[in-house]
Amino acid sequence: MLGVQLAQLHDGDRPGVAEALDLVAGFDDALVHGFARLGEERAAALTALAGAVAASPLGPAVSEAADKVAAGSIGEEHLTALAGARTALLGAVHDALLDRLDTALGRTRAAWEESASTAAPADNLLSGSRSWLHELGITGWRGVDHDLVSSSGQTLEALLAEPRLRRLAVLLDGLAAELRASCPIATMARLPVRRWADLWTRAVLLSQPGARPAASVEPVTGRLLVLGADVHEHGTAVQVQVHGVLEPAGGAPTRLVRASVAAAKVDTIVGPAVWRLLAGHPVLLTALAERRSLDLADMPLSSSGDLAWQDDKATVGAPADPFATARLQLANANAPAVPPLERHPIRISEPVLLEDYETDGDRWTLDGHSIRVDLDRLPASGPLTPELVAASSACIGLVRWDAGGWRVQPLAVQATVKRKPVEAHTGDWAQGPTDPKVVKAEAKAGDAVAVLRERAGRLLRE
Amino acid sequence: MNADEDAWERGSGVRVVPPVQPRKLAKVPFVEMADGRLQGVVSSGSDIARVYVSSITAGTHGFNCSTNNNRPCGGLGGSSPCKHLRSLVDEAVLQYGRERVARYLQIEVGEDDHLMEGLEGTRESAPAAVVFSRFLRHLAYLELPVTTEPVAEMHWFPATRAVI
Ligand SMILES: [Zn+2]
Repeated sequence: MLGVQLAQLHDGDRPGVAEALDLVAGFDDALVHGFARLGEERAAALTALAGAVAASPLGPAVSEAADKVAAGSIGEEHLTALAGARTALLGAVHDALLDRLDTALGRTRAAWEESASTAAPADNLLSGSRSWLHELGITGWRGVDHDLVSSSGQTLEALLAEPRLRRLAVLLDGLAAELRASCPIATMARLPVRRWADLWTRAVLLSQPGARPAASVEPVTGRLLVLGADVHEHGTAVQVQVHGVLEPAGGAPTRLVRASVAAAKVDTIVGPAVWRLLAGHPVLLTALAERRSLDLADMPLSSSGDLAWQDDKATVGAPADPFATARLQLANANAPAVPPLERHPIRISEPVLLEDYETDGDRWTLDGHSIRVDLDRLPASGPLTPELVAASSACIGLVRWDAGGWRVQPLAVQATVKRKPVEAHTGDWAQGPTDPKVVKAEAKAGDAVAVLRERAGRLLRE
Repeated sequence: MNADEDAWERGSGVRVVPPVQPRKLAKVPFVEMADGRLQGVVSSGSDIARVYVSSITAGTHGFNCSTNNNRPCGGLGGSSPCKHLRSLVDEAVLQYGRERVARYLQIEVGEDDHLMEGLEGTRESAPAAVVFSRFLRHLAYLELPVTTEPVAEMHWFPATRAVI
């Protein structure tokens, strides 16, 4: 990114974004206290939310929901309609922000194409989730106690067992763990108001019965040049999302793509140990650890830019420096469309290259224009530390937007430490840590994955 | 409210639960603070097939320890906890940090004292079967298949470095 691009990113407010976020805040406040305890002010906030989507197909249902809920009649379908309105507003905010970012970067983005719908999952699994979310909505975060959190247990167990519902299961499990750790919530000094409303709202949508539109999928053959690995993690899940540039065989334009691998885990498996859970994908992990390209043969690629990764459709290629890829390929690669149901500002994670910036605490400045560096998104499973980031002069990162501002999340840095050049990538330890100090600490703590798998083998099949 | 707190409340990707610290799992494979108790599973020192289910209630500090087959732990007195309970507390401190454990159990002790010295409860009945089944559920996560369909919702859960 250039200074002028940073300037464009921050150039004035997008019309409508602040207003939309205010309406979202009104909904979020209602969820803090519970829809059963609205009061006049929060009821008015829901009416305003309904007003904002009045002209859309959602309009009539949301307007009715706002009236009914204000009158104390809180059906599941009413909370679903309100959740739909909040989602639509944040979808519009997402679109405005991503458009701003694409414009600043000069990035071309494909239009969304969908094909057939996915099959509808069994509703008995979803109805358990809906009723727990309904109970949470009525009670409000302030009223949540251990019993209400624990009552999600059976539903969660059933959801986790159904791979097609993994997204919902992982989301609910993450939310339940945060609520459990926060009990008693009534006495918490402050609440993650936006965050919990986000999680609740997305869970409500993912719990709806019926088929969903699916992205169109095509097999691709060509070379994948890795840019970096974005690691996501909560107590019982880890996901590695590998960003890269695909050079299709035959010379078609290059594309930005991602490969995602996710595993269930437990909270005591942390740090570099999480890679061991993904060991079933050795080709992908080797390319990360050795900084090599990947040759793909008929790998399914969806119009969302997501490769449905199958290790046997990829082979490890020649060494490929991600910084060279970023310098030479990033500017011209085409970006994929965002699936309609995923449109939310949190989803924005666009790969960029930043060079020759001045660092000052958690801000980087280029030609007088600065951006915040997200030091909270440095995974313990890799070698990137705040110190290394502070000493860096070049970075491959993801541009994100949260809490009203743009920021960049480092995936790799080139830095000077003790007058020597060093380079670190989040995926460097995909096949085990390479830092002797970390290797030693790991050896001392023992192999958590192996210990727990051994117990599981003995106790679960007794 | 200062600007940082305001931004935290308006943040989508903010951290709510601090990540736990890595620790050796062989002796105490499972510890959790849930349902109003510090509870977990402690390996028997002598028999590899046997485990103890130990728990301490937050606030009252009532404690119990038994085998997973519900036999009372021989080391347990009416007012004196056994070595398994001590291990449970030690490992919980490694995993969550001393302050979080003390706050959860509502233990008040001097800075240099072991948390066990602050326990004021006596032996009480405890749902060992429930805790043990939670342990089995915990282990069952490791049996779930790896998936390659992107989980867009994980953007709300960034991997972070542990801070204690
Ligand atoms: Zn005992």
